[in-house]
Amino acid sequence: MRKFDTKVQYLKYQVLKEVARLAFNDELLENITEIPKTIVPGKTPTMRCCVYKERAIIAERVKLASGGDKSNPNINEVIDIACDECPVSGYEITESCRGCIAHRCEEACPRGAIFFDRDQKAVIDKNKCIECGRCAKVCPYTAIISRKRPCENACKVKAITMSEDKIAQIDNSKCIECGACVYQCPFGAIMDKSFILEVIDLLKKSKGNTEYKVYALVAPSISSQFTYAKLGQVIAGIKQLGFFSVVETALGADMVADAESLELYERGFLTSSCCPAFVKYINQAFPDLSEHISHNLSPMAALGKYIKTRDKDAKVVFIGPCTAKKSEVQKESVRPYVDSAITFEELQALFDGKGIDIMEIEAAPEDVLDNASYYGRIFARSGGLADAVREGLKENGISDFDYQPVSCDGIEECRTALLKLRAGRLDANFVEGMACVGGCIAGAGCLTHGEKDKEQVDKYGREAYEKTIKDAISVLK
Amino acid sequence: MKLTVCIGSSCHLKGSRQIVEQFQKLISENHLEDKVELVGTFCLGSCQTGVSVKIDETLFSVAPEDTKAFFEREVLPRL
Repeated sequence: MRKFDTKVQYLKYQVLKEVARLAFNDELLENITEIPKTIVPGKTPTMRCCVYKERAIIAERVKLASGGDKSNPNINEVIDIACDECPVSGYEITESCRGCIAHRCEEACPRGAIFFDRDQKAVIDKNKCIECGRCAKVCPYTAIISRKRPCENACKVKAITMSEDKIAQIDNSKCIECGACVYQCPFGAIMDKSFILEVIDLLKKSKGNTEYKVYALVAPSISSQFTYAKLGQVIAGIKQLGFFSVVETALGADMVADAESLELYERGFLTSSCCPAFVKYINQAFPDLSEHISHNLSPMAALGKYIKTRDKDAKVVFIGPCTAKKSEVQKESVRPYVDSAITFEELQALFDGKGIDIMEIEAAPEDVLDNASYYGRIFARSGGLADAVREGLKENGISDFDYQPVSCDGIEECRTALLKLRAGRLDANFVEGMACVGGCIAGAGCLTHGEKDKEQVDKYGREAYEKTIKDAISVLK
Repeated sequence: MKLTVCIGSSCHLKGSRQIVEQFQKLISENHLEDKVELVGTFCLGSCQTGVSVKIDETLFSVAPEDTKAFFEREVLPRL
């Protein structure tokens, strides 16, 4: 059974699981300082120079698993002592350069940054180099390598820089909290804050859902997660954790698709508001374009609002693939509707922390997850939202609108579209922006990040009981 | 009167939408918009016997094909 992609993820999970286990047993306070020794026992280091450093880093992870640094609003934090201070020299010519005659590297370089030394070997003029990597792509000896840090490489909004002592640092004014660096750092030196303790507390104080009811809103990207078990077992497991009911966030997506199509018709141009990282990116990097952001709540918040309007004491917890959602729930416009957000990684830690093996669960016929339509479910992949808005326009009987969507797959494509929009050269009237390449199914909080198949999401969409957006939301009276 | 229909996943698959649609129609046909408040909720805690429907605080189990009969038998006399 393979739950995670890397050992870094596994290490983070071990910490989350242990924190959850102790919290479920009301033993966290007296045992919190013992966690590093539990996870790194013995005297032989397996990850760092010595077990003491390993334990010191685990202690930092425990802090993050317990909510992290309250004075830092960013969901993602650098664990200073875990940063290995990777080299930062960018593209470099290695020993493998044979000083050939073709000089493809020189031809490929758009800035004339490559010259040749007395042995005919290539040299990069760092004053001219723009780190585009074209030389590396064309070298027949693969003699040119990138020494860019993985975290910097992962961060497409350029929010990561190096401090004077070579530790990675995140510029909060640029960071969109997508979590790409969290997943990409090979030393696990950047971690997302976790609110599992908040969730455990909510569940406990509900006294078995008698004081108030706790609802779990599960993102549609669940279709590509927990693949080692059946969906019914995951639902049953979430109920065993103490949740009263498990609802598809995709139903919120149906609500959004319906409202978004009407808003688009009325305003004529919109950028989507579902992906919190995309919204944050516009507000930070393109504040002049903020006026175009859809006024709709995200699917999570829209559904949370529906639940809380009908059950005033209800508590709502979102479970999804996204680190940025943890930040979204703290926004003033969302806070009244959603109490907390956790990731699929953290859900796995909660299961194991409470000793729930979902594979052992015999799921009952009522352990199902089916509220939304095909269109709500395909929000999980790039292009899904644009498809759903097209359907929304159709179902609302809007035929006098020439719908021209552009689906931006990943924050770099978002940037391109926004630059075009600013220059008045964007050939579209609806911008679907997803910060993660592939859409939510590639979110940083996923258990596994393998090649995600768009088809898999569509298949899950087709399994939905409701076939149209209007049918799915017609029950929401 | 508050008429609550469970729209949780399990009841949904057993036909909550069809029941909601029929209730809407029946309420409008009988001009009861001011007297009956129709609402949805996620889970009434009786998934096995769904579709769960509550009249104020009393819980019932309704099948989509029995909606009209249920409305006449349980809802109308209570008004």
